[in-house]
Amino acid sequence: MRQNKSIPGVDPKLLIKDAAKLMPDPARRGFLRGAASLGALAFLTGCDIIDGDTAEGVLRKISSFNDGAQAALFSRTKLAPTFPESAITRPFPFNAYYDEDEAPVVDPASYKLEIAGLVDNKKPWTLAELHALPDVSQITRHICVEGWSAIGSWQGAVLSDFLKRIGADTRAKYVWFKCAEGYTNTIDMPTALHPQTQMSFKFDHKILPRAYGFPMKIRIPTKLGFKNPKYVVAMEVTNTDHGGYWEDQGYNWFSGL
Amino acid sequence: MTAETISIVPADATIHPGWVRVCHWINALAILLMIGSGWQIYDASPLFRSLEFSKHIALGQWLGGALLWHFAAMWLLVINGIVYVTLGLATGRFRRKLLPITPSAVLTDAKAALTFQLAHDDLSHYNAVQKMLYAGVILCGILIVLSGLSIWKPVQFQELTALFGGYDFARYVHFAAMAAIVGFLVVHVTLALLVPKSLRAMVTGK
Repeated sequence: MRQNKSIPGVDPKLLIKDAAKLMPDPARRGFLRGAASLGALAFLTGCDIIDGDTAEGVLRKISSFNDGAQAALFSRTKLAPTFPESAITRPFPFNAYYDEDEAPVVDPASYKLEIAGLVDNKKPWTLAELHALPDVSQITRHICVEGWSAIGSWQGAVLSDFLKRIGADTRAKYVWFKCAEGYTNTIDMPTALHPQTQMSFKFDHKILPRAYGFPMKIRIPTKLGFKNPKYVVAMEVTNTDHGGYWEDQGYNWFSGL
Repeated sequence: MTAETISIVPADATIHPGWVRVCHWINALAILLMIGSGWQIYDASPLFRSLEFSKHIALGQWLGGALLWHFAAMWLLVINGIVYVTLGLATGRFRRKLLPITPSAVLTDAKAALTFQLAHDDLSHYNAVQKMLYAGVILCGILIVLSGLSIWKPVQFQELTALFGGYDFARYVHFAAMAAIVGFLVVHVTLALLVPKSLRAMVTGK
């Protein structure tokens, strides 16, 4: 995690505690060790590769290579499958690295979406202004990195339309999102410009409840769930990869579907 | 086994050509990495409530680590698999060694195997049970790669995902193919240890 991106009023210890829920002791460093017990790496004599930075470095390099492979596979025009209302998963699951009652509470009256980076108009947006944007709807499958999936219904503004509206330089490489609890995400520009990438203000035609990311979620049906940030408070158009909460811990950066 | 049969295969004949042995051992490594990391990934969201894999036999320690292994080893598995299947078809080895497979021959040889009456004198010739298992595991390998692709890319490869009954069902197909391969491995490794010269043949070729 990038401490400099943390926001006032959020207890960093809470974040660390919650992140640890998903990670075994003694945290990530041990993730290469299972190899030995499996016997798989018995094939590699002189098993230096098992422990330490070498194996992790190699695996992360291959993961970066996979980012490129996935970017090449990504089609700007290929749409995620859509579903009828009857297919919506009810109740749609809450999912985060913290419990639902620890989810951020954002005050709609004082909320402003901050805009930064390579854009002409950096004026912050109030919720009323965002809600006045042209509305689209999608019923798509949310797929979690853990493997489960759920079908949800989201309404909001097309992100690419919004980027044009604020005069974003869409030749830039990335769009970075910051969330109320300190969660972050960086996505590639082609995905940001995909027609189904949505600034969602509603779930199932009702204002997003706190559990689903009030006041704004970025819904990206072409990416795994953790690349769909909730409680978004800022976005930046940039040529610098700012990483992200899970990406920095080892999840694949592109994570495209 | 008669003396006549043995005479057809001289003692110094190569049972497994070099490409078969190289592909076999690369595949062995790749499949163990894929299964071990796959078990760790499975544990993040188990398909069966009563089944979870112990960290001691799974690879990657946590979901993020297992995914790094899985999506690294997939290249090894797929590239090696493509080389193996291409050469197997192009050289005619698959046709010569694995076909024909008839149900009656499989039944006869299975009975012989279970009563320990199956001959292993000529390792270059597969009995009907071997033919069925080897052909079957190659098909499982193709199935596990295709179902894996459909889970990994359910938007870009959505037609393939639909072929597997949609994203959620494709996970069960992927799991079933893994279970079949693990079942094969148990039998395969056990028999290789019971007939050590078959193991030697896969190392030295003879």
